[in-house]
Amino acid sequence: MNSGIPIQYFLILATMMFFAGVYGFLTRRNLITILMSVELILNSVNINFLAFNRYLYPHKLEGMFFSLFIIAVAASEAAVAIAIIINIYRRFTTINVEDVNEMKY
Amino acid sequence: MDILSLFVVIPVLTITAILLLKDTHQVRMVSAFGMGLQLLMAASLVFLYLTARHAGNNDEMLFVKDYLWYKSLNIHYAVGVDGISVAMITLTSLVVFAGIFASWEVEFLRKEFFVSLILLATGVFGFFISIDLFTMFLFYELAVIPMYLLIGIWGTGPKEYSAMKLTLMLMGGSALLLVGLLGIYFNSSPDGSRLTFNILEISKVVIPLPAQRIFFPLTFVGFGVLGALFPFHTWSPDGHASAPTAVSMLHAGVLMKLGGYGAFRVAIFLMPEAAHELSWIFIILTSISVIYGAFGAIAQKDLKYINAYSSVSHCGLVLFAVLMMNQTAMNGAIIQMISHGLMTALFFALIGMVYGRTHTRMIYEMGGLMKVIPFLSVCYVIAGLASLGLPGLSGFVAEMTIFVGAFQHPELFYRIVTILAVSSIVITSVYILRVVAILLLGPTTNEHFEHLPDAKWFEKISVVTLIGSVAAIGLAPFWLSTMIGTSLHPIIEKIISLNPF
Amino acid sequence: MINFSYTIWIPLLPFLMFILLGLAGHKLKPKLSGLLGTGGLGIITILSYITAFKYFFTSEKVDGAYQKITALNFTWLQFTDKLHIDLGVLLDPISVMMLVVITTVSFMVHIYSLGYMKGEKGFERFFSFLSLFSFSMLGLVLATNIFQMYIFWELVGVSSFLLIGFYYQKPSAVRASKKAFIVTRFADLGFLIGILILSFNTKTFDFITLTNPTGSAIAQGGGIAFLGLSVMTWSMIFVFMGGVGKSAMFPFHIWLPDAMEGPTPVSALIHAATMVVAGVYLVARMFPIYALSAPVALKVVAYVGAFSSLFAAIIACTQTDIKRVLAYSTMSQIGYMMLALGVAGYGGHEGLGYMASMFHLFTHAMFKALLFLGAGAIIHAVHSNYMTEMGGLRKYLPVTHITFLIACLTIAGIPPLSGFFSKDEILAAAFHSNKILFAVEYAVAGLTAFYMFRLYFSIFWGKDTHYHHTLHEAPATMTIPLIVLAIGCIITGFIPFNKLVTSDGRILESEIELMIAIPSVLIGLLGIGIAYIMYRKESTIPDRLAATFKYSYKWAYNKFYIDELYLFVTKKIIFRYISDPVAWFDRHIVDGTMNAIASVTQSVSFRIRGFQSGQLQKYAFVFVTGAIMLAILFIYLWK
Repeated sequence: MNSGIPIQYFLILATMMFFAGVYGFLTRRNLITILMSVELILNSVNINFLAFNRYLYPHKLEGMFFSLFIIAVAASEAAVAIAIIINIYRRFTTINVEDVNEMKY
Repeated sequence: MDILSLFVVIPVLTITAILLLKDTHQVRMVSAFGMGLQLLMAASLVFLYLTARHAGNNDEMLFVKDYLWYKSLNIHYAVGVDGISVAMITLTSLVVFAGIFASWEVEFLRKEFFVSLILLATGVFGFFISIDLFTMFLFYELAVIPMYLLIGIWGTGPKEYSAMKLTLMLMGGSALLLVGLLGIYFNSSPDGSRLTFNILEISKVVIPLPAQRIFFPLTFVGFGVLGALFPFHTWSPDGHASAPTAVSMLHAGVLMKLGGYGAFRVAIFLMPEAAHELSWIFIILTSISVIYGAFGAIAQKDLKYINAYSSVSHCGLVLFAVLMMNQTAMNGAIIQMISHGLMTALFFALIGMVYGRTHTRMIYEMGGLMKVIPFLSVCYVIAGLASLGLPGLSGFVAEMTIFVGAFQHPELFYRIVTILAVSSIVITSVYILRVVAILLLGPTTNEHFEHLPDAKWFEKISVVTLIGSVAAIGLAPFWLSTMIGTSLHPIIEKIISLNPF
Repeated sequence: MINFSYTIWIPLLPFLMFILLGLAGHKLKPKLSGLLGTGGLGIITILSYITAFKYFFTSEKVDGAYQKITALNFTWLQFTDKLHIDLGVLLDPISVMMLVVITTVSFMVHIYSLGYMKGEKGFERFFSFLSLFSFSMLGLVLATNIFQMYIFWELVGVSSFLLIGFYYQKPSAVRASKKAFIVTRFADLGFLIGILILSFNTKTFDFITLTNPTGSAIAQGGGIAFLGLSVMTWSMIFVFMGGVGKSAMFPFHIWLPDAMEGPTPVSALIHAATMVVAGVYLVARMFPIYALSAPVALKVVAYVGAFSSLFAAIIACTQTDIKRVLAYSTMSQIGYMMLALGVAGYGGHEGLGYMASMFHLFTHAMFKALLFLGAGAIIHAVHSNYMTEMGGLRKYLPVTHITFLIACLTIAGIPPLSGFFSKDEILAAAFHSNKILFAVEYAVAGLTAFYMFRLYFSIFWGKDTHYHHTLHEAPATMTIPLIVLAIGCIITGFIPFNKLVTSDGRILESEIELMIAIPSVLIGLLGIGIAYIMYRKESTIPDRLAATFKYSYKWAYNKFYIDELYLFVTKKIIFRYISDPVAWFDRHIVDGTMNAIASVTQSVSFRIRGFQSGQLQKYAFVFVTGAIMLAILFIYLWK
């Protein structure tokens, strides 16, 4: 039914994006970068959803909807997160996560 | 609305009313009104109960109402009372009523104080009307939790430590209890029909003995922690010493009775075989409580500590009598719960009032108070005499019923232990008279205390309510004893039929 | 059948007085409350006399014996089907006799107190306590069952406590009241255990059932043996322990001398005439069981009584506080009564001791109350308790002097005063039963005469002491009771007790045995003679004697150090080696364990809190690693 790009290509791309995101999430200390990494992870998941939906159940649309949901959630998440980050910056004048430890223990 | 649920609804409404009030001065009036209403309710409940019994209603529980609450686990909100719960409810409403007046002068966060106090009372009332193990446990927790706030915020001395200790130990007890209750639940229908939490239904089946052997000790100890069972009693001295007056009253007077009542109604009633088999262990522990608490009280210097140890001793007697598992001893146990509840509430109220005047609870720092504050002192002496079992006051009735009942036990071991427990009456008189002599009699030692004011009107209400009840039980115990006795019949029959002595 | 149900008012009226004076007394005028209390007692005295008359002279006898009449009985508290505490009124010869004794002495003491306590702070309190005491004591003697007796037994204990500690600001009075209560409480423990054992075996508390000589309780008799004695014997020994405590017999006598800290009328009423004979009454009440079913216990009664009477008489010879001398004399006389019961048997001529004991109880109440009230009048005049500070008082206190002399002659057993008759019966009973006990009692009779006249001569004769103030005779409220009681001492000896109060209710034929009566009078006279030589005038003989028998005198003067022994046991052993360790154990071991659990939890959580760093990236790392590990596990290893 579908000629052209085989599904593995999508999957490889998604995996690479996912792990890039995970790597970024784990290693970066800058909150903005961390947020960007999270976006990468979410988008990789989106790609997976779309690919599987298209390849496995071409007559259904749940995957599409789901990715739309994720996009919406990601957008609102980004808005909230950036608001938090701005507030943190105002409070601590830094957005390095290791410096924000006032509530620790 | 059935009459029993009103006992939970009225306090909740009182709490709501308090929360809606703006003026903190009205708070205590509203509380007093609510709890006064509760007292009237209790009185009418006694009346209704006796009328119903008189009319020949011989059901085990009266005024039973059952609402399904959570279907898949078969949890019900089920209420019902027999003579024992009616007596306990009356006790609770008396003590709460007196407690409200004893805390008339709480200034700090008054609104929150009364809310927590009445919330605690709600839990206790709920506990006594429940006949569903789950609801019972729910109300039990509801009664224990406000304690933490009441001691931690309005207490004195090392209040955070005491509050934490008390709450943690009681929660530890609850954990054991929950396991025990679930154990009962999962064994509540050995024939494979629907599992149930309802006490009456469970009492009709025989829980398999191996399960009983595991879950009886858990349940008994779980309730025993609240009933100050040796060696799980140490929350009691610290907790009582740090708690504010009304809280000590409620705690020693009512909350500790939850332990005895639960041990009796749940542990022994539902699992009599294991109770019979294992009673010797707990008999030894409770006898230790009785003697040990009394000896411990002799050596104390702080009024509240003395009373806390004395409570350990007296509550030990409750569990002791419950374990004797015969009609008379159990009757005594219930009377002792009521008697001790009133008496110890009276004690704590008086201690609070004395402390409010002298600002010390160390007995050696005071002396000769009889001359200065005669009303409170005389009341203290009466409380002391009740505690050491003077005829004409409630303590005597309770203790004698226990001793006579326990001594009817056919096995020699139990009779010897009874004699040991009897000897506590001497030790009790030693520590009571010691306190009375040091605190009240003799010349007034501290000149700062020579012009202390005597009791105010609200203090008099509080004290007189309690003394009146103590004397009423002491002078005419027949009604109470009979009311409890008839309710005990079905319970004893079950126990006896399973354990022919 | 005569209706005796009105007798309920005899105990009830003082109770109502107690409630009235206790609650409203401080609002009444002191004089009014005193008169109320006294008036109430006057009424019940008359009622008691009527009851006694009706009971002894008009009630029906069955088979020549006085019957036990239950005038009133209702269940107060139900224990089991068979065991229940009843409250009621039981009339039989001894309870009716006790009614007369108690109300008479109590009435006299009430009148006397109107004068003696005049102007004292707490006048109405005093009378309310006296009413409480009268109520409890009457309830005790009228008890229909042993548990009712126990109830009132405790109540008399507490009223004694309240009255001894009447001067509650005086540390010595507080100590004495505490001591009295705790010592008797300890003895009551024995009583209670005795009741428990008894009721376990007989399944009843009721006196009539228990003491029915042909009933099941006595027939059952033996029971299981423990240490060679039957259960019944053990229970009766325990019951007797209660009596030992209340009646201040050795070894629980230590509270009685200290109890003299109370106001003197109280000592006269409670610690001489009524409450302290409760022990004797208890044994008499249970007598059929003792005699028929537990003879060993009865022997114990006899020996305890004999030893106490000797022991107390010796101490009494050395004391200088007049109230203490009287206290020891009380103990000694009660020892007599116990002994008489102990040597008696049930029914017939064997029952002589029983009758003698009750007779002596009756006469003793009169003369000992008189002695105490006289002592009160003396103390009231001199303001001192010590006879060393007195002398030559006969000139100042003529009425007191004469009445006191009559009382002393009575207790010394000089005919025709009442003490002679009752003491003679006791000696006769002892003589027929046990010669050793007889010898002891014979010696005690001499000692009694000696120490009483030592007291008498040093107070009223001896050296003329100069007093700081002029002495005057007590007011009429105080002297009238003295005179009434003195008349009582003279005439009560002629009451035919052998016809009225006997062990089985039948008439007992007894007459004065000259073989015993004459020597007993002689030894009494000898004692008086020695006291006359030593104390009539100031003389050095007592001091020289004391110096010669230095150590034995010192021992006796210090009451054989029994108090110190008790103090040692309680303070040093019980408080220090039981109570304090228990408190320590509780704080450090039991509570320590709980705290240790808490602190272990805390330190462990302190160690492991590093895991919870709060850094999301660390968590994420762990999470991702874990996810990968699980993936590997599930994909490759989970086959």
